[in-house]
Amino acid sequence: MKAINAKAAIETHEKYKPGAHAAGSRASASDLRSEIDHLLAEGDAATASLLLHELWTTDSSSSTASFVVSRYEQLRPNSNLLPYRLVVLRSFTVEPMVPLLRGAAFHGGVDLDVRLSEFNAHVQEIVDPQSSLYTSAPSAVILAVQTRDIAPDLWRDFSSMSSEQVQAAAMRVSGEFRQWISTFRQHSQAHLIIHNLEQPELPNRGVLDSQSGPSQIAAIQQINDNLRKLAGEQPGVYILDYDALVARHGRAHWHDERKWATVRLPIAAQNLNHLVKEWLRFLYPLTGKIAKAVVVDLDNTLWGGVIGEDGIAGIHLGTEYPGAGFQDVQCALLDLHRRGILLAVCSKNNLDDAMEALQNHPGMLLKPSHFAAMRINWGDKAQNLSEIAAELNIGVDSMAFLDDNPIERQQVRSLLPEVFVIDVPNDALGIARALREHPAFERLATSSEDLQRGHYYQAQRERDQLEQTISSREDFYRSLQQEIEIAPLNGLLLTRIAQLTNKTNQFNLTTHRYTEQQIAVLTATPGWHCFSLRVRDRFGDNGLVGVAITHHQGESYEIDTFLLSCRVIGRTVETAFLSFLADHARKLGAKRIAGWFLPTKKNAPARDFYSTHGFTEAEKNDAGTLWRLELAENILQCPEWVSMRMQTGERV
Amino acid sequence: MTLPLFERVRGIVADVLAIPAAQLTLQSSSKDIEGWDSVHHLNLVLALEQEFDLQFEPEEIDIMTSIEQVVSIMESKLSKSASA
Repeated sequence: MKAINAKAAIETHEKYKPGAHAAGSRASASDLRSEIDHLLAEGDAATASLLLHELWTTDSSSSTASFVVSRYEQLRPNSNLLPYRLVVLRSFTVEPMVPLLRGAAFHGGVDLDVRLSEFNAHVQEIVDPQSSLYTSAPSAVILAVQTRDIAPDLWRDFSSMSSEQVQAAAMRVSGEFRQWISTFRQHSQAHLIIHNLEQPELPNRGVLDSQSGPSQIAAIQQINDNLRKLAGEQPGVYILDYDALVARHGRAHWHDERKWATVRLPIAAQNLNHLVKEWLRFLYPLTGKIAKAVVVDLDNTLWGGVIGEDGIAGIHLGTEYPGAGFQDVQCALLDLHRRGILLAVCSKNNLDDAMEALQNHPGMLLKPSHFAAMRINWGDKAQNLSEIAAELNIGVDSMAFLDDNPIERQQVRSLLPEVFVIDVPNDALGIARALREHPAFERLATSSEDLQRGHYYQAQRERDQLEQTISSREDFYRSLQQEIEIAPLNGLLLTRIAQLTNKTNQFNLTTHRYTEQQIAVLTATPGWHCFSLRVRDRFGDNGLVGVAITHHQGESYEIDTFLLSCRVIGRTVETAFLSFLADHARKLGAKRIAGWFLPTKKNAPARDFYSTHGFTEAEKNDAGTLWRLELAENILQCPEWVSMRMQTGERV
Repeated sequence: MTLPLFERVRGIVADVLAIPAAQLTLQSSSKDIEGWDSVHHLNLVLALEQEFDLQFEPEEIDIMTSIEQVVSIMESKLSKSASA
């Protein structure tokens, strides 16, 4: 969403502020619908889009989903939505979930195209290379097959089966999944999300199932364990724990057996959204809709009460009610921190009051060192959030905001619509759940960099302090004692490399996004190379922070991808990395090295990279500029203050 | 404040079938509305079940083919659950 007039947005929100809907939700929601249609007729796409968000946040039911989807389709030409194609292979009716899923996706900025396989035709679609599963070239595929369809014997006739038959059935089903996954991978690089198998509400053998003899629960669990192993062996294959989803919402209330028996829809109307939300927990990270940082309020969010009024002895935080709910919020935030998500504070308080609680309250699980940035002042939160984003070097569209105050949330939502504003319930005990449920915090793989990220930012603060005490740039570079290590592609680094191609926006010359599988395929092709860059300095290891993918052919050597994480930009390692590539090109017999700069909204920091390194403009079109350097005439040097090694340990 | 049942049902039918509510009357039925096919019928049933927190019997679903029918089935269901 772009170019929203902030003032108009706030006024609109004043008119429709939360609570206005509380009584007679259908009545005010229908006013909102008329207003949206009115705005669409007048051509005010920005405000209409804002109100669609408002409507969806208030009521994400099937009927609202249909309305929202049809209006977003009218808005599509004026909007900046990311197109994404999804195929669902299924053994049951999924059609009613499609509007819910598309509505939620539009809300998240994604124009989701959903194609469903023919009913129970998942096997044919997977084995036939000409099937529309493959010809429609989806980015992701969901395989949603029920226990009763794939293992009817285990589901219904279990009490008639011997231990050997049970074992054979479990092996058969696991083998089918293995076969499907490997066949799918031969024909498609798409992400594959597989529902695991649900357990019966009441085992066929009653309580005997948990005693001696064959166990239905254990047999289904065995298949699920095998599925988890299968997914672990293949990049881009993920398990959706459907059994846990059903259990979480209540096995006895999940199903609607009448609709299963009549229209093959096994899930009750009230639960359709739960499945959709579970899908979103995969689709958010797959489409790059991720929060890299969460900015939290303090009063009534990290602790109960107001520190400025109640004092350190008066706020609620600990193992007893009501402090336990707030300690649970801190637990949930610690989990995010360990997942590599940065934490920051934005609170309207006197700095001394807040710091006293953060540093000294015995119930605090989070310490000041867990926070990568802090804004404790009386200023505007949207302004503070923008400053935090700049300080952490991330976009505001990579930030989540947690605040108990609905007015603050609404203000941020209006002024910074890209921020993931977490809907917090009125009940303090629900805040932790809202954090744990939010799809923008989901990750489908973690690299060791993710786990270390909090420390990297702490070291960065120390570096910044050093820079302020040293007068010349060169002295600063020297004092950093930077060592870089360049490694050719290997399987261990693949996750992190793919992650960087998908997450790096600023210092990224071409912004080509690649999956793990695509990089593996590409670099197995003759002439293609992939290098990663690790940077260490006196403050510690910055981790794997750079990627280059190149293509050599005869006398030419083209840079397909060149990117660096923002935490090492401006310290001349980019020059060192480029000099390595020039050297590599020369050794392969290339005469010149070339690379495109493809401008995006975010990669201005990389704009002058080639020109400042002696490249000249060779070609220019609507997409960008091709820069070229004759290797005979120019010698790119690694800066003297950077020591460079290949991973083998030899000096370059 | 609660809207009359007809208004609430009409709003849901309008959403699900993507037709302006003003064009729908008590007499509107699947016979004269082109988009009211089996997929949309199921979506409509599910939307009503969510909104009113109830479950329809298959026999009821079969005959809910006009707004008037939907309203009359809903009335009898809601009065039963109110007296129960």
